[in-house]
Amino acid sequence: MKKQTKVEIWVGAFVLMGFMALAYIAFQVSNFSDWKDRPTYEVSALFDNIGGLKERAPLKLSGVVIGRVDSIKIDPVSFKAKVNMQIDQAFNQLPIDSSVSILTSGLLGDQYVGLEPGGDEEVLQQGSEIEMTQSAMVLEELIGQFLVKFSESD
Amino acid sequence: MSHLMGGFQGVLQRIGRSFLENIAVFGRGSLFILSLLSAVPSVLFRMDLLLKQIYIAGVLSLPIILMAGLFVGMVLSLQGYNILVEFNAEEAVGSMTALSLLRELGPVVGALLFAGRAGSALTAEIGLMRSTEQISALEMMAVDPLKFIYAPRFVAVIIALPLLVLIFNALGVFGGYLVSVSWLGVDSGAFWSQMSSQVDWQEDVMNGIIKSVVFGVLIAIIALFQGVNAIPSSEGVSSATTRTVVHSSLGILGLDFILTSIMFN
Amino acid sequence: MTEKAETLIEIKNLTFSRGERKIFDGITLSIPKGKITAIMGPSGSGKTTLLKLIAGQLQPDSGEVYVEGLNIHQLSRKNIYKLRRKMGMLFQSGALLTDLSVFDNVAFPLREHTKLSDEMIYALVLMKLQAVGLRGAKDLMPSELSGGMSRRVALARGIALDPEMIFYDEPFVGQDPITKGVLVKLIQTLNESLGLTSVLVSHDVDEVMLIADYICVISEGKLIAEGTKETLLQESTGYVNQFIHGLPDGPVPFHFPNVSYADDLDRIQGGLK
Repeated sequence: MKKQTKVEIWVGAFVLMGFMALAYIAFQVSNFSDWKDRPTYEVSALFDNIGGLKERAPLKLSGVVIGRVDSIKIDPVSFKAKVNMQIDQAFNQLPIDSSVSILTSGLLGDQYVGLEPGGDEEVLQQGSEIEMTQSAMVLEELIGQFLVKFSESD
Repeated sequence: MSHLMGGFQGVLQRIGRSFLENIAVFGRGSLFILSLLSAVPSVLFRMDLLLKQIYIAGVLSLPIILMAGLFVGMVLSLQGYNILVEFNAEEAVGSMTALSLLRELGPVVGALLFAGRAGSALTAEIGLMRSTEQISALEMMAVDPLKFIYAPRFVAVIIALPLLVLIFNALGVFGGYLVSVSWLGVDSGAFWSQMSSQVDWQEDVMNGIIKSVVFGVLIAIIALFQGVNAIPSSEGVSSATTRTVVHSSLGILGLDFILTSIMFN
Repeated sequence: MTEKAETLIEIKNLTFSRGERKIFDGITLSIPKGKITAIMGPSGSGKTTLLKLIAGQLQPDSGEVYVEGLNIHQLSRKNIYKLRRKMGMLFQSGALLTDLSVFDNVAFPLREHTKLSDEMIYALVLMKLQAVGLRGAKDLMPSELSGGMSRRVALARGIALDPEMIFYDEPFVGQDPITKGVLVKLIQTLNESLGLTSVLVSHDVDEVMLIADYICVISEGKLIAEGTKETLLQESTGYVNQFIHGLPDGPVPFHFPNVSYADDLDRIQGGLK
């Protein structure tokens, strides 16, 4: 029976190691900690152009992640891109006239949604729509605008 | 002319025979899998057998998995660093290492090593038990080998492999950290933050775990089936062992492609 | 006590083939209770297969095997296992579980089929090992045993659950004379002291003649002789005579079937075409 005890201890240690590895991967390696079912509320925004924005891209306020892009669809009425975002319930005091814009982290980094708070008394809540949006910057358009301005000032 | 006809008939006959043989193997395999599955609940009542098999399949495979995980992680991040540093993006080495490990290399390399280490041992053990009449002896002692021998090994492999793959992944990430942060001087904060912003819990971690479970089922079935159907002689057992490693390895790589195309599409 | 013993196992018209080869072709025989019955035949005559058919490990093509009046091939898996608890089998190799010690091997059937306490199992195992004279070897592993010793341990394991019948598959093959003697004595004493029905499959004529009450001879898939050893010894012609006295030529020819030697030699002159 001594042999059986040794087997049990080793298997116990093995299973424990496996779960420790899982915890390490969950908390250190992956985004598990912000994937947990924290209460969120959903808001949406219409963009002319979302550029390379993807689902699950972060929504940042002053560089701090406060939510994630949930889904990206085409609004059937306006034919604009409708971006639904889940915002952490902890940030439920955001003014309703806040604006969102699609930004890029670094020159070649991933795109994210940046939120600029407004000044209204009323706050964003479940189902609100953010009116003021700024589309992703598209390099070609940017150059085009620059050329136009350049020729006007001439 | 008749010679030609004869040759043609011979070819047809051979095709027909190998087709029938393959169907027979397939049929026997399916029956075997069904009877295995039917015996799985009995494992719950024999924890002692299950623990012993997890020990043999899992704990004894730990050294090779630990070493391999560490080295694979180290090599990945070294290669990744050399490429990324040209784009001044060496902070991304962490997320690259973690993603390759979690999605592909952990489950695949882990399963390949496991098939070579534990799958082959399983086939050899069962083949030998059959050739030394131990399985017959169990039947004669009114002990069902399905419940006593096969089912505990089946379940043990399916439990052990995902755990081994998790350990492999964790060590791989740690190996990547050692090389890129401690040796090559990548910023530790950037290393981890890039990683955790890129690696998705469900898409990357969970899918990797699902892969390892599927590979576990595959290895368990192949190893047991080859053991049970091995010709009970030393050559028979050794060729069955080889077949286990070859079939499982090919199966793992093929299934990996299929799973990847379903999961990451 | 009647003179004619009760029948425990009855085989009726048993036919079994492996691939194209017919191993048994309509064998009918009965095995009396409480006696030692030997089934003899040349190597490759399927004696071991017969034991596996009796134990229900193989399915016959046709014919029936009745054990205690039950047709074993019609029983459900569960009932076969129930019946097998009354059977012990000694395999040619011993077939000990290689990862268990001698003690655990003998204790194995007791642990699997009974809920006896550890003390009780210990006592029973020592008793069985004492009966085969290997109580001192209880802590050895099967790999440390000689062939004869493994068979004796396997015998102790076979009788652990006090079966009603025990099958011996070639118990004497490849053993030295002393071991053979020990096994002969063991089979005999076990049969007497436990009232077992023993079925012995063997081609070792000398040993079988010492212990068997009843002998059946099988050749080419058919039962060709049965009776007590005296009747068989009196047979002075034919196959039985050749087998029992180990004659090199007789109904079983010395030469493997072939074309005539002269024809073969002719081919040499023809340039081996």
